[in-house]
Amino acid sequence: MIDRNDVILKVDNLKTHFRTDEGIVKAVDGVSFSLRKGETLGFVGESGCGKSVTNLSLMKLIPSPPGRIVDGKVLFHDRDILKMKENEIRGIRGNKISMIFQDPMTSLNPFLKISTQLVETIILHQKKNEKESRKRAIEMLELVGIPAPAKRIDSYPHQFSGGMRQRVMIAMALSCNPEILIADEPTTALDVTIQAQILELIKDLSEKLGTATILITHDLGVVAGMCDTLNVMYAGRIIEKSDVSTLFSDPKHPYTIGLIKSVPRLDKKTGQKLYSIKGQPPNMIGMPECCPFHPRCEHTMDICRKKYPPVYDNGSGKTVNCWLFPAEPGNYSDEHKSADEHHMTGGAV
Amino acid sequence: MSTALLEVKNLKMHFPIEEGLLFKKQVGAIRAIDGISFEIKAGETLGLVGESGCGKSTTARTIAQLYKATEGEIIFNGRDLASLDSRELLSERKNIQMVFQDPYASLNPRMTVTEIIAEPLIIFKNRGLMTISKKEITERAEFLMEKVGLSSFFRNRYPHEFSGGQRQRIGIARALALNPKLILADEPVSALDVSIQAQILNLLADLQSEYNLTYLFIAHDLAVIEYISTRVAVMYLGKIVEVSSSKVIYKKPLHPYTEALLSAAPIPDPEIEKKRKRIVLSGDVPSPDRARTGCYFYDRCPKKMEICKNNIPELTETGEGHHVACFLYFSP
Repeated sequence: MIDRNDVILKVDNLKTHFRTDEGIVKAVDGVSFSLRKGETLGFVGESGCGKSVTNLSLMKLIPSPPGRIVDGKVLFHDRDILKMKENEIRGIRGNKISMIFQDPMTSLNPFLKISTQLVETIILHQKKNEKESRKRAIEMLELVGIPAPAKRIDSYPHQFSGGMRQRVMIAMALSCNPEILIADEPTTALDVTIQAQILELIKDLSEKLGTATILITHDLGVVAGMCDTLNVMYAGRIIEKSDVSTLFSDPKHPYTIGLIKSVPRLDKKTGQKLYSIKGQPPNMIGMPECCPFHPRCEHTMDICRKKYPPVYDNGSGKTVNCWLFPAEPGNYSDEHKSADEHHMTGGAV
Repeated sequence: MSTALLEVKNLKMHFPIEEGLLFKKQVGAIRAIDGISFEIKAGETLGLVGESGCGKSTTARTIAQLYKATEGEIIFNGRDLASLDSRELLSERKNIQMVFQDPYASLNPRMTVTEIIAEPLIIFKNRGLMTISKKEITERAEFLMEKVGLSSFFRNRYPHEFSGGQRQRIGIARALALNPKLILADEPVSALDVSIQAQILNLLADLQSEYNLTYLFIAHDLAVIEYISTRVAVMYLGKIVEVSSSKVIYKKPLHPYTEALLSAAPIPDPEIEKKRKRIVLSGDVPSPDRARTGCYFYDRCPKKMEICKNNIPELTETGEGHHVACFLYFSP
């Protein structure tokens, strides 16, 4: 049985900024979360909200320049990855923490056989010779459901279909028994029927191998079926964090509410107009220190335009960053408070 | 009941596979569309859904006469488009416009918004098919910008200055410029974020009721199709396997492929997701490069029978307006 309270990764106030000609883009601006053993953690948000950059930062994969991790800690078993030397990190990447990327067409090298690419990872990280590694690679391909793995292992990536290539990526990512698997939009490039296969596979394998999974996606349907905990991101910050069932049954942040309402659903009666959040996601260059969602929000108050909202924590793991929920517990869900009162509370913080 | 605006009869579109450097000879064909028939009534939305490579986009492009169909008829407004000469086709094409998937690739980066929206009008003016003054053209472009929710203040900006959702609005305005009857929308929302997707879907629905437009709406997202469509056609490997009203098909899918497709689509509700039983199809979509003698879905079908191997099921009406191509519901 997996001990669910065993925190293996703790991210504290992570900030990754990019320098551009127009100004500094705070792609990730103070993100904190922790990941427990065997847990599946989801990141949702729209393009450009910083979900991928957050997870690339965990493994120090941010191209620098222009990117730079300016602040924060990434504690993996109580050791800060951000302070490690390059060769130490190399022992973790692909070994203890591995990644699956969105596009299975471009994340495999088209010039190398599948066998070369799989065996390389295993030899690099595990004390195995070539023959043993090849055996392990074939085992992994079988595990992810590639038919006739002993024969197919010597194929080139172009001989596989999109879904099969994503299976190969999963085999590669899991070949060293990692503790954490980061899946960055693993099924976005795939068709629904193939998506169902791949999600099922990731779920089965992470349960079987006890791997903790971080799943990044923009598809609320995917996270609903896969994750235990969810982080909703907007403009570089986590704006709501909750376990999955509460997030969908009782969303708090106006952005989360809007996001859930604006997805057309198969299981609900339609006929009425689809809800839509007005406006566009913000331009991230030189953003002022205020709630980034206020131009699109239905409940905007004066304070929202002036200060970033505090983190409200309800004590059982749910957090919301919104001025509707001032930092002190007790005022929870008092949505009809007048704007003035909120202003006062905000002023006092 | 209104009559059919567009009628497609036994349409086939085969792309030749050629071999040889100098003397090319055809060695096979990709059967992108392999005999489909359907009709779209004026004012309705037909949703076309299916996995990548099943021929959805080819269908739209063949209807717009961007490809010359291998076989079959495309009857628009009572005239077969394939038999028209180029001038007649151009004037008929005024009524058929497209909205494309990628709002970044479908707008010329060197043209301003006004130029993009006005381009169809200018083409028709230059060919003498329309009398419209320069001033009217600019006015029309600005009117259309406002109509799709863009301030005409931005008329002289270039596409790169707009976000994905705004660009898609420009693409829609361009499609509306000539007052078309039929709009072929090829995955118009799949490149957009959820919150923007909802805005564009609502815009398309509003425009439809205001201008009495008819849509052929292509998407791979089943929920989007359900939201916007009056009727839904499901495609697989160049064939239509099921057609019905969107109310019926989502409640009572008949074809095993439709069932699998619906069960594979994730629903954003953890309680439902936990209880659901998925039909996970094995394998991938086969390549459409050979002629088939049996059911096109035979290789992946969980309910296949002996009869399916050597007989092709034709689209057959099994209930009111509900057509399905599967031997579970009739014998050959």
